[in-house]
Amino acid sequence: MNTILEAKNINKFFHDPVRIQVIEDLSFSINKGEFVSLTGKSGCGKSTLLYVLSTMDTDYDGALFIDGEEMPKKNEPFLAKIRNEKIGFVFQFHYLLNEFNVLENVMLPGLKLAKYSRAEVEHRAMEKLKILGIDHLALKKSNHVSGGEKQRVAIARALINDPHIIMGDEPTGNLDKKNSDMVFDIFNQLSSEFNQTLLIVTHDPSFAERTHRIIKMEDGKILK
Amino acid sequence: MRKRLLINIASALLLARWRQTLVAAVGVTFSITMFITLLSFMSGLNDLLDGLILNRTAHVRIYNDIKPNADQPINKTAKYASGHNFIGSIKSDANRQAIYNSDAIMKSLQKDSRVLGYSPKLTAQVFFNDGSIDITGSIFGINAQEETKLFHFDDYITTGNSADLNKVSNSIILGKGLADKLLVQIGDGVQITTSKGERFQLKVVGTFQSGIKDFDNVQSYASLNTVQKILSVPNDYVTSIQVKLNDIKQAPAVAKEYEKLYQTDAEDIQTANSQFETGSSIRTLISYSVGITLLIVAGFGIYNILNMMIFEKMDSIAILKATGFSGSDVKSIFIYIAISIGIFGGLMGLLFGFGLSSIIDQIPFNTVSLPTIKTYPINYNPKFYVIGIVFSFITTYFAGWFPARKASKIDPVVIIRGK
Repeated sequence: MNTILEAKNINKFFHDPVRIQVIEDLSFSINKGEFVSLTGKSGCGKSTLLYVLSTMDTDYDGALFIDGEEMPKKNEPFLAKIRNEKIGFVFQFHYLLNEFNVLENVMLPGLKLAKYSRAEVEHRAMEKLKILGIDHLALKKSNHVSGGEKQRVAIARALINDPHIIMGDEPTGNLDKKNSDMVFDIFNQLSSEFNQTLLIVTHDPSFAERTHRIIKMEDGKILK
Repeated sequence: MRKRLLINIASALLLARWRQTLVAAVGVTFSITMFITLLSFMSGLNDLLDGLILNRTAHVRIYNDIKPNADQPINKTAKYASGHNFIGSIKSDANRQAIYNSDAIMKSLQKDSRVLGYSPKLTAQVFFNDGSIDITGSIFGINAQEETKLFHFDDYITTGNSADLNKVSNSIILGKGLADKLLVQIGDGVQITTSKGERFQLKVVGTFQSGIKDFDNVQSYASLNTVQKILSVPNDYVTSIQVKLNDIKQAPAVAKEYEKLYQTDAEDIQTANSQFETGSSIRTLISYSVGITLLIVAGFGIYNILNMMIFEKMDSIAILKATGFSGSDVKSIFIYIAISIGIFGGLMGLLFGFGLSSIIDQIPFNTVSLPTIKTYPINYNPKFYVIGIVFSFITTYFAGWFPARKASKIDPVVIIRGK
């Protein structure tokens, strides 16, 4: 089993308005192909942890390894490249760019990576849309599709660069039961069919129960 | 590839807010238009006013000044040579006003490669007799052909023809004011009395308007020979030689050289007319500062609009950063937006500026003192257009730089967490 993501002795403090420790000496690792959910009550620090793990928040103590490589804390362009290449994001809100159509939204991170030509990126984006069953929406403006469809577009965008890991911050938080189930099914399919590693923050117990592994957090610590 | 992608994103953001973009671009267009028009008009006016004097003034004037001799006898005495000698009641030299060896000087001027041309001149102070009234005036003896070639003499002839000065013997061209006072027209005769009391009858072949009324009231032109005859002096008698150089900037140096070489006085145009240069440079300075002020105002417009755009596009910036666009990528996107507004607005500004100045160029501008000018003067110097586009580029770059830097510093976590 190769380790995709490893956190070693992560500590994080909020300084404003008073110094509070949000994450206390937290260590764990995620292996390839695992479908992990991170749960806990509101304010237990699970989202904060996810942002640390995603390299977007660099204000922490401890070490973070992605794909065996330690993440520096200062090198912003390097971290941007890591996020582009190795991490796919799905947030509670879809964050699609209204100026572009669905296909272009999916293509953007791929074009940024510039590993493939534009035509190839387009082809790959269409494939991802097909996997998610929304290829018929490809040329629609992104603000002209429904909420559930938007979230699926966001998942396709997360997949475009074949990331090592997909991180989700309550990706079903804004969706109704039907769409939540659909998103879960997609994640499950990605995990089983494509051996995709996933780390999803959720406070939906029914969603968490169905994942391979649950990391439960309370007051900045992992409950065993 | 990276650049193209960023430009794509920038243009998508631009087009999504095309109304705002257009307003920003119109701001730049307006300021560049005004900048170009103002400078073209101002500099056209400068050229006109300078031309009024400078075109008609010799770059170097060779003459004999009336002044006391610098070599006073006391200075030549060894005993007093070391001190500073004060001499009271000193008188100017009784030397003649004519230039010695004028023929030889003119021949050597002809060989000088720095000289575009020269024209000898002779001034006679006379009285124009109008019945019982005597009007003081002066007659310039000139070579009409050279004078036209070098100093645009023809431009100021309102009636008659300058060439007639040579064709018709004892002919004269009067200033408009002078002709009006004497109540004469072309073909009429005027009688003059020289300072020595001799009388002459001259035939009017034209009138001129120099644009400076005081000149026109007292001046007149005749051929060199006629004036020599009036003064009863020989054929080589000239009181000044007007030299026009190829490069006006050389005038002070050349004047100094001629002073030594020909043992006469020589005055350069810069010394003689320094006030015109000061006037022109201050007018130019004012137009530039107005133009640049307009551009800076337009720059603030762009700054505001970009700031607003960044505020609106917080989410997009956050997701771009989350999915792997670095701070410098985001910065580039907003700088591209600013620069494309600047270039588009600037180019339109050049076009409109050219249009507006051509319109001004067509507006009739008739003034009595400037007979050759029919419309408002415009100078279509390409320099203004280059400066205009460069300035629009620079201001929009800086107007975009600060908002772009702000956008590049946006922390995606703060935005995403805030939802």
